[in-house]
Amino acid sequence: MTTHDDTPLRSTPLTAWHRDHGARMVPFAGFEMPVQYRGVLAEHAAVRERVGLFDITHMGEILAAGPGVEAWLDGLCTNRVSGLPDGKVVYTAMCRPDGGVLDDMLIYRLGREDWMIVCNASNHDKIAAWVAGRAAGVAGVALDDASDRTAMIAVQGPEAAALTGRLAALRGSADALDALEFYTAFALPRPGGRWIVSRTGYTGERGYELYVPNADALPLWEELLALGGDLGVEPIGLAARDTLRFEPAYCLYGHELSEDWTPLEAGIGWAVRLKDRDFVGREALQRQKDAGPPRRLVGLEVAAPDAAGRDRPAPIARQGAPVFCGDAPAGFVTSGTKSPTLGRSLALALVDAGCDTSRLTVEIRDRRHPVRVVPYPFLEARVKGDPRAAR
Amino acid sequence: MVASDRKYTKDHEWVLAEGESATVGVTEYAAHELGDVVFLELPEVGTVVAQGEAVGTIETVKSVEDLFSPVGGEIIAVNEAVLDAPETVNQDPLEAGWLFKVRIEDRSEMDDLLSADDYDALIGG
Repeated sequence: MTTHDDTPLRSTPLTAWHRDHGARMVPFAGFEMPVQYRGVLAEHAAVRERVGLFDITHMGEILAAGPGVEAWLDGLCTNRVSGLPDGKVVYTAMCRPDGGVLDDMLIYRLGREDWMIVCNASNHDKIAAWVAGRAAGVAGVALDDASDRTAMIAVQGPEAAALTGRLAALRGSADALDALEFYTAFALPRPGGRWIVSRTGYTGERGYELYVPNADALPLWEELLALGGDLGVEPIGLAARDTLRFEPAYCLYGHELSEDWTPLEAGIGWAVRLKDRDFVGREALQRQKDAGPPRRLVGLEVAAPDAAGRDRPAPIARQGAPVFCGDAPAGFVTSGTKSPTLGRSLALALVDAGCDTSRLTVEIRDRRHPVRVVPYPFLEARVKGDPRAAR
Repeated sequence: MVASDRKYTKDHEWVLAEGESATVGVTEYAAHELGDVVFLELPEVGTVVAQGEAVGTIETVKSVEDLFSPVGGEIIAVNEAVLDAPETVNQDPLEAGWLFKVRIEDRSEMDDLLSADDYDALIGG
């Protein structure tokens, strides 16, 4: 498979497995990736109700080591990473000086001088170049782009802890695994190179993300499937990964996040710490915060009531669909789908901060549809406290 | 092997002619390839359409595809039940998941459609 410009697509250690097991393969961020196996809705339900496996090897992993990393990295991130305890993970954005978002990412502090930046596949080259440029001449910062040799498997769902705990490699680490809180991680020395076990995910479910050397990926994948038969484990494609992240309203770069607007507008102001720090983009973000962000992210439900006021299935407002306030353009949809869990046509949209949200409509195939503003997350993430807590 | 009681289009629709009425739906192959249908737009009853005209849309989580009228004529019925339960198209595309009925204006247009054998060959069956 090749992309339209004939650049050969990259594979992961699991590409052949996906093909052999009936996955529909698509080009994604330069990789040939599985978009679905059984079907989006079935895979979505498997993760909400049981446990699913994701090959997310396409993600970028850049290691940063040395005594200078803490201060240097803090100067690139909108969220605070200095002062993190070992084993802690932080969600952050990196911004341009004007506040536009270069990417959103996870920052791992694995040890005192041992850090990892996990960025989106679609932005990997940009971020690798950005951090390399920013590290030039900085003492005590050694970068090592481990993306090509690192595979990443996510185990997500209510049964993720049970399944992950069965892995042979983790038998000696049962206590560490049990103690692993949301957004923490530990490194595990292995014969082929260390694994990183991280209690993170992009589904709103309890789960883990496992970073392993490429050679360990296929045996690990097959072990998880073999061990999880009674738990109902199954592989999950990128299409369900998207609907799973959409319900808890996790941002996706290229949708909710862009170089063309700021993290404050995109609704991740909680990951922007302006006080007592300096980082690239801080001045612009402080100015915008003081003035009030010109746009904001809102949750929308496309409404299609019949004559009796009963809701009928509504069309999906997809990325780019124009949003109007009365007759005036007010913004655009960043993501939209029919929520598989809730059965409603929902969307996230970036709209003018001042617009009257009671008068919004969205244009789908040349027709304006009334929308209701609804709070997001559309579905509360089930990641803290009891993973089986009622929704 | 696809159902032999009806004709087909290369857009993966089936057409079942009964008297002057043609019932139209999507094939099992299309229902499988499209994936989970979440929304349908069907033509208004009374609309007169030409053969091959786009008359509606079928929307899945992934994509939106046009629906075409395989023959020309007046739309005489639409399946209101699938508008409320679009998943019927996936569950039973050939029967309960029918989409609309056309009063056939020109019977010769039926000859433009694919036979079951031809359609089977088209989808590599």
